[in-house]
Amino acid sequence: MNVTLQHLTKRFPNRNKKQGGEVVAVDDFTYEIPDGKLVGLLGPSGCGKSTTLYMICGLQAPTAGKIFFGDKDVTDLPTENRGVGLVFQNYALYPHMTVLQNILFPLENLKGKDRPGKAEMVRRATEAARLVQIEGLLDRKPSEMSGGQQQRVAIARALVKMPSVLLLDEPLSNLDARLRLQTREEIRRIQRETGITTVFVTHDQEEAMSISDEIVVMKEGVVQQTGKPQAVYDDPANLFVAKFLGTPPINLFDGRVEGEWLYLGTDKVLPVPGLSDGSVTVGIRPEGFVPEENGPLCCGLNRLEVMGRDVSFLCTHAGCQTDTFRAIRQSDGTEGTHGNAVRFRLKSAKVLLFDPETGARLRPREA
Amino acid sequence: MDYALIEKNAKRRQIAYLAAIGLVLVLWAILVLFPFYWMLLTSVKSYGSYSSEFVPKLFTLHPTLENFASAFSQVPLSGYFLNTVIFTVITTALMLFVTILAAFAFSRLRFPGRDLIFVAFLALMMIPSELVVITNFVTITQWGLRNTFLGLILPSVTSVFYIYLLKENFSQVPDELYYAAKVDGTSDFKYLWKVLLPICQPTVVTIAILKIIECWNSYVWPRLITDKQDYFLVSVGIQEIRENGFGRENIPAMMAAVTVISLPLIVLFLIFRKKIMAGVARGGTKG
Amino acid sequence: MEKNNPKGFLYLLPAFLFLGFFLVYPLIDVFVYSFQENYNFASQTYTGVGLYNYAYVLHDPYFLQALKNTFLLVLITVPLSTGLALLISLCLSSIQKLRELFQTIFFLPYVTNTLAVGLVFMILFRKTAYSDGFVNLILNALGFASVDFLSGPYWAKMLVLCLYTVWIVMPFKILILTSALASVDQTYRNAARVDGASKGRIFWRITLPMISPSLFYLVITGFIGAFKAYSDAVALFGTDLNAAGMNTIVGYVYDMLYGNAGGYPSYASAAAILLFAIVLTITCINLLVSKKHVHYV
Repeated sequence: MNVTLQHLTKRFPNRNKKQGGEVVAVDDFTYEIPDGKLVGLLGPSGCGKSTTLYMICGLQAPTAGKIFFGDKDVTDLPTENRGVGLVFQNYALYPHMTVLQNILFPLENLKGKDRPGKAEMVRRATEAARLVQIEGLLDRKPSEMSGGQQQRVAIARALVKMPSVLLLDEPLSNLDARLRLQTREEIRRIQRETGITTVFVTHDQEEAMSISDEIVVMKEGVVQQTGKPQAVYDDPANLFVAKFLGTPPINLFDGRVEGEWLYLGTDKVLPVPGLSDGSVTVGIRPEGFVPEENGPLCCGLNRLEVMGRDVSFLCTHAGCQTDTFRAIRQSDGTEGTHGNAVRFRLKSAKVLLFDPETGARLRPREA
Repeated sequence: MDYALIEKNAKRRQIAYLAAIGLVLVLWAILVLFPFYWMLLTSVKSYGSYSSEFVPKLFTLHPTLENFASAFSQVPLSGYFLNTVIFTVITTALMLFVTILAAFAFSRLRFPGRDLIFVAFLALMMIPSELVVITNFVTITQWGLRNTFLGLILPSVTSVFYIYLLKENFSQVPDELYYAAKVDGTSDFKYLWKVLLPICQPTVVTIAILKIIECWNSYVWPRLITDKQDYFLVSVGIQEIRENGFGRENIPAMMAAVTVISLPLIVLFLIFRKKIMAGVARGGTKG
Repeated sequence: MEKNNPKGFLYLLPAFLFLGFFLVYPLIDVFVYSFQENYNFASQTYTGVGLYNYAYVLHDPYFLQALKNTFLLVLITVPLSTGLALLISLCLSSIQKLRELFQTIFFLPYVTNTLAVGLVFMILFRKTAYSDGFVNLILNALGFASVDFLSGPYWAKMLVLCLYTVWIVMPFKILILTSALASVDQTYRNAARVDGASKGRIFWRITLPMISPSLFYLVITGFIGAFKAYSDAVALFGTDLNAAGMNTIVGYVYDMLYGNAGGYPSYASAAAILLFAIVLTITCINLLVSKKHVHYV
């Protein structure tokens, strides 16, 4: 089932009463979550992504705007009637129930003709447990399990009633690094197998990029950009999105445009047809630097880091906003370096220009 | 599924639910407050008007303070009051002295058998006061301490639970402070007095208040050990007033006395509301 | 490492003295008293050792009346007050505004003098030649006849005693349950709502099991406290509880010790030990039952 958000807005009264007024947690959010897809809501903490999730499942009521499941308006429908599944950040497994009882709980809440018989309930619960591969732990209490196992139980509990939408709130944040990698693949697999429309919230861009069909980047309640992860990465709408996506992060320079050419310091690095003269903020992805004997960008070289298949150049440049910036090459070549200096050619697709005042993207005319 | 209908029902149920909650809370608040109101109301009605009301009135237009005057003049209420204050102050002070020293010994000092003795102390918490009151009564009588403050106070001092509460609090103070004080040449007693007590002052205040409440309301022991009015505490005194004071039926004067007796604790409670409630939640029971 | 410090005993000395004289020694002594037959207070002599004191107490109609009163009081007030406190705490925890105000009001009976406010209750319920009293007034308005609550039929007296006891014990129970409810993570209730549970089911399946340790604590302390009821009865019916037929076990103990019956520490000891045995038995039963129904996390 596709989920449509129309002008969704949530305002809270300001907690600090002296300041008064309201805090806008989510501002005029319009988006359609396509049927059967995995969508990542991404943003730094406090950007309104969890609030959005809670509004979709009905635990918080929107101040304005509407939510549709399919073509049905569910904005005022109580949570318990929405038929959504939600995996909480801390899993919220009922500590006094066994795993099986936890998974059975949503089924036991069904009423009337939807309510299956006892045997059918157990069959479905076992099936959900098998899907998340915990069928051997059904008699345990949550406190007797590891974080990763609890996480799986939480997913099974959310899935067992065949929810119209599955929501995950920071599903990986309480797991250690190794489990995180494994579990995110697991989530992807389960979502594929069940085909349930899934929304998950995260502040970790790598997590969102790696498994989402689409991502929504939010900042301070306002949606910055939506789209396929790679498309958003390659073509960010503004400086915030560019900075937020990518590890290592994008390198920022103060540059200027003169005569449709981009200058970093005194280096004349790229043609930028169609842009008027003035200063710009320049973002260059680490993979956008190509070391070359006669490259136009002349930098100081602090250090080389060779890590497996990648080589990082830690460089300095007068125009850079930080002390050093990082360029990454997928080879062990160190061409272009001369002692502690290095010259780069820039890949134009990896160089992104922004208005230094507003952070809005500036796009040169297509060549 | 008709979503509109579900939404409507849910809204209706929500309103009914909130109304029911409000009703329960207000009803209980009335039940709690009404006796206090009745006490105050009756205490300011004149004896004449109270006696003439076959149907008691819920308010009065001619409040009078004469009942308070007769409460203090016709029965020795001020005496009861003073006795209770003396009893409460001395008992609480002694309790604090004993408790603080014991809690300090258990939490900070090291001596043979400490932990075993502490467990034995905890076991003492389970002894019901009804069991020991009999022998205490005999003991105090044999010592000739009936109708004395000493007889009233001595068996009321100990409270194992407070020792436990304070010991737990003392133990939370980091060891480093003790070692630092030792390095600076501070004696154990000075450390207790200058460092530990100021840090743990909230808990000390809490147990002091709980003890004050306990003392102010104590009835059983004072009733057993005093039969002269000169040594009555308020609880015994009010019972005496009820049975023999004011020529039996002067209810307004009786209520004035009850008001005077109840007021100090209510004021204390309103001042230390948070402390008292937190202290009681940590394990006090109506003593 | 700190050395053993014999000064520790010095600090403990006051506590040792007080506890020794007024808690440990009496505890042993009360058993001794209870087996000494025909103990004479003045001469401190006794004629034999045996179970006669227990036999006497168990055949004393006043004790049997006190036993009956106490059991009735326990069986009525413990479930009633615990259930009522649970209801009120649930209501309290589902409001935001005015919560502190209500909590403060509800706690007031805890800090009042049981004897003093008992007098107010007595006046509210009392029926005299001059006036039927406030409660009867309400009964009349509802179409019932006046009842003499304080010196009338047994059930009426018991009713007043139960009502006053509940009124007195409620603050503690409300306080404990409110803090227990507050400590249940709201996330569990949210999770249950997402799982489609109605309010009632959330209460029975989530909230109640999670506060069951506190609830159980209240039931145990409630039983113990109610078995020791005394001063509330005195407040309502006066010091001569035997005459009113409203004595409690503790009242019987004190009356035996001093009061109208006066001066029989052996009988008092036997009765006190019987009370203690009853309380201990009930507490053990409670503990056994709780093993099945209380969820400790």
